[in-house]
Amino acid sequence: MRTADWREEAFFEPTVPRSNGAAVFDAPWQPRALALAVLSVEAAGCSWDDFRRHLITAIGEDDGRQYWDSWVTALGAFVAESGLVA
Amino acid sequence: MRDDLHHARPSSPVEDRVAALESLLVDKGILDPTAIEAVVEHYEHTVGPMNGAKVVARAWIDHAYRERLLTDATAAIAELGFSGPEGDHMVVLENTPEVHNVVVCTLCSCYPWPVLGLPPNWYKSPPYRSRMVREPRVLLTEMGCIVPEECEIRVWDSSAEIRYLVLPIRPAGSDSLSEDALAERVTRDAMIGVARL
Repeated sequence: MRTADWREEAFFEPTVPRSNGAAVFDAPWQPRALALAVLSVEAAGCSWDDFRRHLITAIGEDDGRQYWDSWVTALGAFVAESGLVA
Repeated sequence: MRDDLHHARPSSPVEDRVAALESLLVDKGILDPTAIEAVVEHYEHTVGPMNGAKVVARAWIDHAYRERLLTDATAAIAELGFSGPEGDHMVVLENTPEVHNVVVCTLCSCYPWPVLGLPPNWYKSPPYRSRMVREPRVLLTEMGCIVPEECEIRVWDSSAEIRYLVLPIRPAGSDSLSEDALAERVTRDAMIGVARL
């Protein structure tokens, strides 16, 4: 059956996309972090890949860290690099 | 360091960090708070795998659309009005009796947002990302997806610029269904390739 690796409850969720599928956030700050990334990339005139590079780095630094924590690390790095708030 | 069991605490460091970044971007006039709300709303409630299901259903009933989808997926998907971040370089992978396709992002969480919404938690988990490459048949079986022994499994890593969508095999006995009814048969997992219809 399921292995212990599948610690995510989402693994068991219903998958019929009648509406929007399963929730992909488990705290309200997560969609905010997503929105900040989407809009910052746009505001900086960058491509999504510029953010993705930071996300890959953040995940690579610590693969045991929670996904959205890595996302926020990437967001901080992207905002710093983009010069948006300089 | 983390204390996931402690739900009652007022706010976590990461939550504070997001709030600080948001304040900074808003106070400097870089982001519009209304736009932030709109994007949050969009990804929480609007975007989802239903768009992908519509693409699949159209491809099942319209041969010409299917050809366009397999040739230039980004354009064919845009025909139905779906585009946006993480949807610029779409490739559709057609399942056949001989080949079963499954998608992973080994480096992070690349995923075709315009057609599938945001990725489920398991898609972003280290075990999925590593094991789907190493032992796809074992992992698929664990996930309840039994691929016939004679059927080849092809694993596609979205870590390049490309985002993949699996076109599942149309279920047997669905000949009389309308396009809308067909779309309801299409699951998110089937479009990632971790389920068969």
